[in-house]
Amino acid sequence: MANMNTWQQFFYYMTTNGSYVLSQFTRHFLISIYGVLIAAVIGIPIGLFIARNRKLSSTIIGIANVIQTIPSLAMLSIIMLGLGLGVNTVIVTVFLYSLLPIIKNTYTGMVSVDPTVIDSAKGMGMTSFQRLYMVEVPLSMSVIMAGIRNALVVAIGITAIGAFVGAGGLGDIIIRGTNATNGGAIILAGALPTALMAIIADLVLGFVQRRLEPKESSH
Amino acid sequence: MTTEQKPGPIVQYQDVNKVYRGGNVAVEHITLTIDQGDFVCLIGTSGSGKTTTMRMINRMLEPTGGTILFKGQDIHKQDPVALRRHIGYVIQNIGLMPHMTLYENITLVPKLLKWPEEKRRAKAEELIKMVDLPVDYLDRYPAELSGGQQQRIGVIRALAANQDLILMDEPFGALDPITRESLQDLVKNLQQKLGKTVVFVTHDMDEALKLATKIVVMDGGHIIQTATPTELLQHPATPFVRELIGEERLIQARADVTTVGAIMLKNPVSITPGKSLVEAIQLMRDRRVDTLLVVDDNGYLKGFIDIESLTRQYAKSTAVADIMQKKLFYVQESALLRDSVDRILKRGLKYVPVVDQDNKLKGIVTRAALVDMVYDTIWGDNADHDAQAPATDAEPQAGGDQNG
Ligand SMILES: Nc1ncnc2c1ncn2[C@@H]1O[C@H](COP(=O)(O)OP(=O)(O)OP(=O)(O)O)[C@@H](O)[C@H]1O
Ligand SMILES: [Mg+2]
Repeated sequence: MANMNTWQQFFYYMTTNGSYVLSQFTRHFLISIYGVLIAAVIGIPIGLFIARNRKLSSTIIGIANVIQTIPSLAMLSIIMLGLGLGVNTVIVTVFLYSLLPIIKNTYTGMVSVDPTVIDSAKGMGMTSFQRLYMVEVPLSMSVIMAGIRNALVVAIGITAIGAFVGAGGLGDIIIRGTNATNGGAIILAGALPTALMAIIADLVLGFVQRRLEPKESSH
Repeated sequence: MTTEQKPGPIVQYQDVNKVYRGGNVAVEHITLTIDQGDFVCLIGTSGSGKTTTMRMINRMLEPTGGTILFKGQDIHKQDPVALRRHIGYVIQNIGLMPHMTLYENITLVPKLLKWPEEKRRAKAEELIKMVDLPVDYLDRYPAELSGGQQQRIGVIRALAANQDLILMDEPFGALDPITRESLQDLVKNLQQKLGKTVVFVTHDMDEALKLATKIVVMDGGHIIQTATPTELLQHPATPFVRELIGEERLIQARADVTTVGAIMLKNPVSITPGKSLVEAIQLMRDRRVDTLLVVDDNGYLKGFIDIESLTRQYAKSTAVADIMQKKLFYVQESALLRDSVDRILKRGLKYVPVVDQDNKLKGIVTRAALVDMVYDTIWGDNADHDAQAPATDAEPQAGGDQNG
C-alpha cells in the first residue's frame, strides 16, 4: 500500500471495504433522518401553533435559537452525560439542532400566506382546521420543506461528529483514518461519502421544495 | 334551491354599532333593510365604514351593538361557519386559492357542504359557461388567468352553492375600465337572471348608479342617505351627497329627472273661444305671437288658432271658436323631459302646450328652452367653464324663463 498515492489507496480501500463503507453510510443517513423526522413531527406543530398565537412566537423561536448557538461538540457531550454513549445521544442532538430551522420556517411559511386568501377561505365558511390543512399548510409547504432541507444538511454534519460518542456512521471511518498512520485515504473514504450525502440530500429536497411551491401569479 | 322566495327582507340591521378595540368607532346606528332581490351599493369616502358594515353580515366582524337579522334570524345565534356557506363572498384581491385548480376553487363551498362529485362537476361546468370561459379552463390554476378572468371565477365561486346573498367588497377596483365594465354587466345580468341579492361596496359613483337598485351613502360611520339611483340624483339629501355624486352627473341626470313643468314658460298667451277674431288679432299683435292657445273660462285647453287660418277665414267668421283647430299636440306637466323631448323635437313644433292632469293649460315648452337644456348639459361637461359652474346650480326653469 505504501507505494500507492492517496487516491489509489482510496480506491483500494473502497473496493476492499465497500460493504463496510456502505453500511456506515446507511447508518449515518438513518441517524440524521431520524433526528430530523422527530424534529419535524414536533417542530411543525409548534410552528403552526405559534403562527396562530403570534405572541408566543418570539419566545419559542428565541429558545430554539439559543439551542442552535451551542457548539455541536459541547451539545453532544452534555447530552452524553444524560444518555450515555451511543446512537441515541446523536439522534437527540440532531433533533435539537433541527428544531430551529423547522419551527422557524413553518412559522414563516404560515405568516406569509396571502392574508386575502385566508380571508376569503374564512369568508367562504371554512372552519379553522379546514383552513389550516386545506389552505395554510399546503401554501406554506415549500417553505417548511426548505427548513427540513436545511436541517437535514446540518444533521449530516453533526452525525459525522457523533462518531466520537460511539454512534458509528461515516464519522467512524474518519476517526479510524486520523488514528492510522498515513490514514489520508481512510479519511477520504469517510469524508467524501459524507459530503456526497449532504449534497444529494440538498439537491433532492431542493427539487421537492420547488415542486411544492405554489404557482406564482403574473399579476 | 332556485325556488321562488317571496320578496321580503333578507338582511335587517337594527341600530348596529361597531367599535374596534382601542375605541375606534367604525360605524354607528346603522339601521337598514335589504330586500330579497335588491342590489345594494354601499358608497362613501375611504374609512366611512362600508367594509365594516358589509363584513358584519357574514360575521367576519362582530357588531358591538344592535342586531342583524339574516332571513329573519338573528345571525348572532347562528354558527358563523354554516352562515358563511350560505352567503357568497367576493373581495377586491380576488382571493382565489393559488394551489387549487379553478374547478377546486369554484366548488370549494359545495365540497364543504359535502355535495357529491357529479353534482359539483355539473355546477362548475354550468357556471364557467355563464362567464364565457371554456370548460377546459377548469383544470387550470388561477395564476394562468388574467386578472379579469380570475375575478370572473371569483364571482361564480360565490354562486356555486346557490347562495341567495352575495357580498362584494370593491370587487372590480383593481381592474382596468374595460374589464371592469364587462364584469359589471356580468354581475348585473347574473343577479337579475338568478334573482340574487347583492351587497356591493364601491367608491365609484358611476358603478353604484349603474348597478344598484338601492344606494346607501355612508360618511363617518353613518348612513347619510338610502335611495334608488333616480331618487339620489333627484334629491341628494345633503351637500355631502351632492358632492359625492358630482355636479357633472347631476346636470347630466337633469334631463332624466326634470319634468316638463320645471322648464315650461308660465302664463302662455291664450284666448277664450267666445272672443272675436278682432280681439284675437289684437292680442297677437300686442304679444307678438302668431298662434294663440284657446282655453275655456275654467282654463281647460280646447285648441289653438294661428295667423294663417285667421287670415283665410277672417271674412267668413267672427268668433275664435269658429276657426279653432281642436287637434293639437300637448304634454303633461308631470311628464319627464327625457320622455317628451324627442317627441317635441321630431314634430318640429315651435312650442308645445303643457297641461296638468285635468287638462288645464299650465304653460308652454319652447324649442328654445330645450336648446338651453341641452346646452347646459354640454356646458356642465366642459371643465373650461368651471368659473361659471355655480350658475348651473340655479333651478332648472331658469333656462326656460329667459325665453319669455
Ligand atoms: N381592524 C381594525 N381596527 C381598528 N380600526 C379599524 C379596523 N378596520 C377598520 N377600522 C376603522 O374603521 C373605520 C371604517 O373602516 P372600513 O374599512 O369599514 O372603511 P371603508 O369604508 O371600507 O373604507 P375603504 O373605502 O378605504 O375600504 C375606519 O376609520 C378604519 O380606520
Ligand atoms: Mg373597504
